[in-house]
Amino acid sequence: MRPIAKTLFFILFLAITNLLSAQTTITGKVTDKKNPLIGVSITLKDTYDGATSDSSGKFSFKTSEKGEFILTATSVGYRHFEQTIKLEGKGILTIDIVLKEEVTELSAVVLSAGTFEASDRKRAAAVLNPIDIVTTASAEGDLTGALKTLPGAQQVGESEGLFVRGGTAAETKIFIDGTLVNNFFHSNSPNIASRGRFSPFLFKGTVFSTGGYSALYGQALSSALILESIDLPDRTSASLGVSIIGVNGGYQALSKNKKSSWGGAYSYTNLAPAFAIIKQKQDYSEIPVFHDGDINFRIKTSATGMLKYYGYFSKSNLDFTEKSIDSLGYLDRFGVSNFNTFHNLSWKEKLGKRWKMYAGISYTFNQDDIKAGMKDANKNEVILSGLEFKTFDLDLTSNYFNGKLIFERRLKGISVIRFGGEYNYSDEKSDYTIYNGQKFPARLKANVKSVFAESDIYITNNLAAKIGTRLEQSSLIDKTNIAPRFSLAYKLSKQAQASLAYGVFYQTPESRYLPTAASNLVFMKATHYIAQYMKVTSVRTFRAEIFYKKYDNLIKTGLVSGRDLAINNNGFGDAKGFEFFWRDKKTIKNVDFWISYSFLDTKRDFMNFPYATTPNFAAKHTASIVMKKFVQAWKMQFNGAYNYASSRPYYNIRFDGSKYYFADMGKVQDYHNFSVAFNYLPSIGKENAKNFSVYVLSISNAFGIKQVYGYEYSYNGLRKEQIVPPSRIFVYIGAFFSFGIDRSQQTVDRLF
Amino acid sequence: MKKTIFILSAILVANISFGQMPDKFVKAMESKIALIDSTHTAEGYTDLANAFERIADAEKNQWLAYYYAAYCNASAGTIAGAGGDMMAAKADKTDPYADKADKQIKKAEELAKNNSEIFIVKKMIATLRMLGDPMNRYMTYGPEAQAMLDEAKKLNPDNPRVYILEGQDKFYTPEQFGGNKEEAKVLFEKAQKLYDTFKPETSIHPNWGKSQVAYFLSQYK
Repeated sequence: MRPIAKTLFFILFLAITNLLSAQTTITGKVTDKKNPLIGVSITLKDTYDGATSDSSGKFSFKTSEKGEFILTATSVGYRHFEQTIKLEGKGILTIDIVLKEEVTELSAVVLSAGTFEASDRKRAAAVLNPIDIVTTASAEGDLTGALKTLPGAQQVGESEGLFVRGGTAAETKIFIDGTLVNNFFHSNSPNIASRGRFSPFLFKGTVFSTGGYSALYGQALSSALILESIDLPDRTSASLGVSIIGVNGGYQALSKNKKSSWGGAYSYTNLAPAFAIIKQKQDYSEIPVFHDGDINFRIKTSATGMLKYYGYFSKSNLDFTEKSIDSLGYLDRFGVSNFNTFHNLSWKEKLGKRWKMYAGISYTFNQDDIKAGMKDANKNEVILSGLEFKTFDLDLTSNYFNGKLIFERRLKGISVIRFGGEYNYSDEKSDYTIYNGQKFPARLKANVKSVFAESDIYITNNLAAKIGTRLEQSSLIDKTNIAPRFSLAYKLSKQAQASLAYGVFYQTPESRYLPTAASNLVFMKATHYIAQYMKVTSVRTFRAEIFYKKYDNLIKTGLVSGRDLAINNNGFGDAKGFEFFWRDKKTIKNVDFWISYSFLDTKRDFMNFPYATTPNFAAKHTASIVMKKFVQAWKMQFNGAYNYASSRPYYNIRFDGSKYYFADMGKVQDYHNFSVAFNYLPSIGKENAKNFSVYVLSISNAFGIKQVYGYEYSYNGLRKEQIVPPSRIFVYIGAFFSFGIDRSQQTVDRLF
Repeated sequence: MKKTIFILSAILVANISFGQMPDKFVKAMESKIALIDSTHTAEGYTDLANAFERIADAEKNQWLAYYYAAYCNASAGTIAGAGGDMMAAKADKTDPYADKADKQIKKAEELAKNNSEIFIVKKMIATLRMLGDPMNRYMTYGPEAQAMLDEAKKLNPDNPRVYILEGQDKFYTPEQFGGNKEEAKVLFEKAQKLYDTFKPETSIHPNWGKSQVAYFLSQYK
């Protein structure tokens, strides 16, 4: 038995060694055709065997497997590689692998012409972060204030809104979660820019298009501001704020399963303490008081679906007098009380593998009760002969409903096609009561129906095109338009890209110049041509853009029974210019800054202009420098901003009985604004701190430089007066606390 | 007979303690885990991460393989993002690692829920994300990292790695932001003590960190 055992043992030993030596060596090199690729994982599928490519792209490993196997190679940013190989248990198998670049959102060229993006997403067009918007010193915590430091927007201070590339504020439309917002700003008062209603912290993404925007949006000749609201909060929290202008509090609750949240906030703004310290040009009989409340819920409907509701309620009141320019010794009175409620419900859901759906509806109710008149030196109401028109009551009641539905289907790679429709309904009622009690009621119901389709086509990682069309039908003018949009982007290198954009944009004439007897009005039209160069690294962004914009069919107005109403579409104009943007987080240590410059050459003949000229809201040169520095040792953030605009023209347009003419014109002085803000965050880094606090001090126009926005004229045209801000300097002091959280976004939610 | 019983019981014991882990898997894992302590470069960790991923994808139901793959990717990313200006944005370098680690730890979590060790890696990933762009991300990823660490501690207060990560944060954070080297020392010492009693479930369950504690404590001498 023994020898047999020995033999058996020997055979077994041989078999084992054979097994051990029966290995195939697999070796090769991984490249992207040109360069070797490092760190690529090469795997013999369903086995443990494989290797990682080295710095010269080479790899080598042994396997004792036999038979047919699949060899895979994977690396971030490259397409998955697979090849069937036959292993014979011996020899060397040389396999050279060429990986193809994967077209991904991260690596692909971005269709960025005309677009500024503020979001967390790492994209070339994302030049700002959401947090940048509230830490821009000159913005005073207002969303559009921060956007005014970007190229393309004007430094217009006498009224709210975004004046983009020679366009009026009415040519910019604002969208929240895809649907139109009708009263984005608080009710305005003459020559005072009102603030936006919505906290910048409600939004996680901001896309500011200064031209050439997507076919998904319409009815804006110049610009679209597209805001995306935040998703579920990180955790349950409460917040409280106290400042020189009021108090606020909020609560956000996150459900235990982290699939839904609800919350609400209320803020009470009373400008009495601020106005007691900072003298205002206006003499208030009722100091501005705002009650703003909001409620929200957000529900995760599936792994990819989200249902969001945001509801807003606001009540405000103010009344003031100013020295009248029309009659010396008398005062002009202006008062407005406003009630506004806005509700937005949106739902996005992935439908199957390739389809996505987006649906949104919004409803707005807005009521303004405006009282204007004249008072004598003792503040008694008076009606002066010849100036009776200055005394009136204007009650404006409007209802707006907007709905939008978009379907998106994924094509090959990251290419997609989107299509859908939009419906905008408005019902605006105005009751105009003149000094003698005579009433002039008017009501305008209108709707715009639109359908659109667009496709983002990624031909390679380096070349992409967006082709879209929008069709709109306006009930007000009973006309239909077709607006083509096109843009192209080409990646020049890993960091640089060039883009082109072309688009036609239509807008229904503004309802404030309607209803009119003029028949056959058509859409106003703008055609955009944009070329862009952009270079983005993780610490620097450079962007240069040139544009040409042509306006056709702008509304011309005429005096019809004392009102400025649309009479025809004979207006026209153009705007051309170039813009630069440079953001740098590296050159100066611990300082993050951006510089923007815009050159604008524009002329237009619209409204009551006698002929085409540069409008009073357009400055030739606009520039901004914004910087931010965080000093760790002091737990203090320093923010500074300088905004500049060259002199804007001003006009006195008068009617001689048959036509309008320029009775006077000139140019205002250049505009300068230095603003600073200090944020002190004492609890930063304190672990497990249940309370988090932020103290804010901000000073607008810190050096008190005189700012002149334009001139206004007396009714008889004999006197003119500068239009200046209500106060030269504005100082804001506040403290904000949040509870139940540490270093959370929620804290900063109430920063302003 | 005695021998046979011994062998049988040994096999039985081994089977119990290793659960459903095949021998081949354990051996492959052991050989790779042994390399972790001597790895100090991003390339080295990437290599290991790839190896663990291969094992994970071949086995498909072993959370430990995904766990180590994620751990190695998070470590590779942390090394790749280290050096230079701490506050500078370098997400383009670090995010690809975080993305990979994220995917792998999610797979591990599907296989082993409520596991302290998995939350340790999730904490590392959150910190890596923050490192990518500290100025803009500290407000989102700072609390997330803390929440992950809290969860890891809640699930197993005797996990020494909880205190290493906590100590590391204290050690490297500037004092005005709540860093404190002395408090860090207490945490490292606590971790060291826990290693004396900490017994990994098997030879391939997480047991890393001892050398890190030794390194940090050596900094105080």
